Amino acid sequence: MKELLYIIEIMTIVLGLEGTAWNLSAAVVSEEDVLYDAESTYMPLQGGIHPREAAQHHASEMKDVVSRALRAVKEEGILLKHIDAIAYSQGPGLGPCLRTVATAARALSTSLKIPLIGVNHCIAHIEIGRWRCGAIDPVVLYVSGANSQVLAYRAGRYRVLGETLDIGIGNAIDKFARYLGLSHPGGPKIEQLASKSTNYVPLPYIIKGMDLSFSGLSTAAKDATDSHPAEKADICYSFQETAFAMLTEVSERAMAHCSRDELLLAGGVGANKRLQQMLQLMCRDRGARFYVPEARYLKDNGSMIAYVGLIMYKHGDITPLEQSGVNPHFRPDDVKVTWRKNESFKT
Amino acid sequence: MIIQCAEAIVELNGDLVYKRRIEKRYRVKELDTRIRKERTKSEAKLISEARRKGVPTPIIFDVQDHELVMERIEGDLAREVIDVAISERIGELVGILHRNSIIHGDLTTSNIIVGHDKIIYFIDFGLAFIESNVETKGVDVHVFFQSLRGTHESHDHLKESFVKGYKRSFPTAAAQVLKRVAEIERRGRYARQSKTESAKVTAQ
Repeated sequence: MKELLYIIEIMTIVLGLEGTAWNLSAAVVSEEDVLYDAESTYMPLQGGIHPREAAQHHASEMKDVVSRALRAVKEEGILLKHIDAIAYSQGPGLGPCLRTVATAARALSTSLKIPLIGVNHCIAHIEIGRWRCGAIDPVVLYVSGANSQVLAYRAGRYRVLGETLDIGIGNAIDKFARYLGLSHPGGPKIEQLASKSTNYVPLPYIIKGMDLSFSGLSTAAKDATDSHPAEKADICYSFQETAFAMLTEVSERAMAHCSRDELLLAGGVGANKRLQQMLQLMCRDRGARFYVPEARYLKDNGSMIAYVGLIMYKHGDITPLEQSGVNPHFRPDDVKVTWRKNESFKT
Repeated sequence: MIIQCAEAIVELNGDLVYKRRIEKRYRVKELDTRIRKERTKSEAKLISEARRKGVPTPIIFDVQDHELVMERIEGDLAREVIDVAISERIGELVGILHRNSIIHGDLTTSNIIVGHDKIIYFIDFGLAFIESNVETKGVDVHVFFQSLRGTHESHDHLKESFVKGYKRSFPTAAAQVLKRVAEIERRGRYARQSKTESAKVTAQ
């Protein structure tokens, strides 16, 4: 017991807050593991996410979510005084949600007198994936509601090699799901419907270099639904087959372009089994390794924010109060990566 | 020698290059066949069209369903040897393509060869198409800039010299296209704010 207490005293422990969109989460992470991750999810009564309502949800649930995380770790002997820093997602995300979370993070940091660390949400998805899967220097396919990007690390930053030219894949799926009258989140319901068909209906497949476009696909899928209303499953199947093949092709292009033999999948849409299967096949065929973290780290979670906060803290990378404002358009390539060193880069 | 590219197997055999678009098991068969056929056919057409307009490309000798046979170019990938002079010449050649409404569709430094004869060749027209509007040209240039940003240290200088060459060969619309490139970068997914919103709330 004495020894355990000693370890708690010297180990770095960070509390992380995530709430860029519909999931609010608080997690405590140590250098060795995720200790606890508490969450509360905003569910729209109808339609998609309403930013203000989501922010109100976060504000009213914040106290409960943070307390649950702190209570859980207290049982293992970790008290407030053992927490070294407060990390929060600074962006990208919905403005009102980001501001709610940042306000809570500032309050905690000031009252506990410990450093504040603003974390880029996208980088957090990447780094938790590398940590949990042991990927070293992968090409990353990051797919969520608003984001669809292919990235790779080079010379101090995660570079965006390709991304959507219009809407994110998750939003494209959600839009189509709403058109079919499915409730939010539409992804799993589309996946389920798709699994009932193997009848491919041609839909537009749009790639420009390593960039992608999904809005045309979304519209074409809606039109196909209007002309064949009975064949919902076929259209869901074709939608997934087309969109995911585009994502897989772009990932493969990026791997070829940067000579990488690892691919890491990140972000909520990554939970889709068909997408995982396609990426796995592509990697197998080119002799590359494919990594996908557990589902709880694919969706938005506080653990990833706490984890990146922890590695930033260990590298002296903290956020002064006057620079702690949120940025709804925070890009991954805006972040100067302080924690990855001496890594080779081949073009 | 056999090279595995992202979507094709390229076999270098004597003076010839065989580019075979391989089956992708991850894609549903119907979609896969459609894409491979379309791209092979249109690549052959546009690679020849580009050369007729004055942009060096390999000569095509044969076209099959999923296979092209073409001339072998001896040289280095621009990715390995690019400098400001080469980037300027690339800009000039892209200007010629765009002046003729040819959109390359995958302008990266891996798809440009600097020949041992010092001539710059464009390869891989698999995603190329004909289109005359400013938007597609803007996206084409944006894709090139992104490839510079993604893989080259001195991308700002390379970008500058590209612009110089592009303006020279495409004086009628270069300014308009470059303005659109800046717009594309500012758009939704590319939004880049100069700094984060100032902290409006100070903690109690």
